[in-house]
Amino acid sequence: MKKLITMKEAVSKIQDGMTVMVGGFLGCGSPDKIIDALVESGAKDLTLIANDTAFPDKGIGKLVVTKQFKKIIVSHIGTNPETGRQMNAEETEVELVPQGTLAERIRCGGFGLGGILTPTGIGTEVEDEKQRIKVDGKIYLLETPIKADVAIIRGCKVDKKGNVYYSATARNFNPLMAMAAETVIVEAVEIVEAGELDPECIVTPFTFVDYIVGGDK
Amino acid sequence: MAMDKKQVKEVIAKRVALELHDGDLVNLGIGLPTMVANFIPEGTEVFFQSENGLIGLGPAPSEEDIDWNLTNAGGMPVTLLPGGCYFDSATSFGIIRGGHVAATVLGALQVDSKGNLANWKIPGKMVPGMGGAMDLTVGAKRVIIAMVHTQKGAHKILKECTLPLTAKQQVNLIITEMAVMEVTEKGLVLKEIGPETTVEDVVAATGAELIIPEDIKHFGL
Repeated sequence: MKKLITMKEAVSKIQDGMTVMVGGFLGCGSPDKIIDALVESGAKDLTLIANDTAFPDKGIGKLVVTKQFKKIIVSHIGTNPETGRQMNAEETEVELVPQGTLAERIRCGGFGLGGILTPTGIGTEVEDEKQRIKVDGKIYLLETPIKADVAIIRGCKVDKKGNVYYSATARNFNPLMAMAAETVIVEAVEIVEAGELDPECIVTPFTFVDYIVGGDK
Repeated sequence: MAMDKKQVKEVIAKRVALELHDGDLVNLGIGLPTMVANFIPEGTEVFFQSENGLIGLGPAPSEEDIDWNLTNAGGMPVTLLPGGCYFDSATSFGIIRGGHVAATVLGALQVDSKGNLANWKIPGKMVPGMGGAMDLTVGAKRVIIAMVHTQKGAHKILKECTLPLTAKQQVNLIITEMAVMEVTEKGLVLKEIGPETTVEDVVAATGAELIIPEDIKHFGL
């Protein structure tokens, strides 16, 4: 199966109203070229699942500025004043999730689990309307899985089969999201032949990746 | 002579550094807590975790060595010390939530005598989000709050927080330029006072009752 596609084809997979997971942590390890192409495509009413909304001029933050999200599910919006403004003006719905809980909810989505029990958020607003479950005398919150229609992630080296090698902290949410979406598109900094990556260093196995785009390096 | 803002932060960061022990894995919050790394006493080896996915946080790189794939939890370029390592966000928070972090140092909007912390939301005004703070406060073995004692004269250390909580009863120690206070079952115990402070000054600048032992030493002299 040929996974290499053009940027135009990649963007066409993301349609109005879809839920999209976007890898990256304050812009580090985010699929910037796909994001730029989405700004151009104008896909709208999207639901975003990401760690944060980065900065107005960097990473996923650009798509906040162009108002392409109807809902945003992230752990942090403090570096992008536009997200806060849209939230306060009730233009965009924002759901804030503790970072570790967000990672686990995405992992549950990809791992076929019905949820996790976490002590995070007990005694705070995060607890509202959630089921409390006692295990061995300790109280936990039930946090449920989340999945997406499309995940767009970024790999530093991707082989033509779709195996992904990340670099340093550009890994972050990318490998979790690669397992939690119906369609997974990886933006490759560099594309190499199958067999060129050390199998010990492959973090995301090819089976999770549907399409590869980029590799201009 | 009154301390300027930079001196105040340094006094706090230096005092926090004394709380860290050889071999500790520590997570520092953004802002003032980040400065603690500059004051680790010689002979003490502390490992810093950055929740975006690394252990072994090193100093900022020079301009030509910047790698934008290697950043800290504030999105700024950093370096990795020899022996450092990378991991994904689920592992990173497994380290945090699983009790593998000896201490976290965080800032606060408010903190109270029960060890409650508020630092993620001022309703209707500023809502940055909790990021990793709720996981860190629940998971780290020790939660140290490092902050300036008051906000333009307004109390930040209270009997009870009025802002939405980040964590319930998780704070162990509060360190400001004026005082070191321990959260105990009986309330806040004043352990030490700052270099240019009296006990009366601390009491006046604190919105919670303090348990004051007879013998209190100064720090930061």
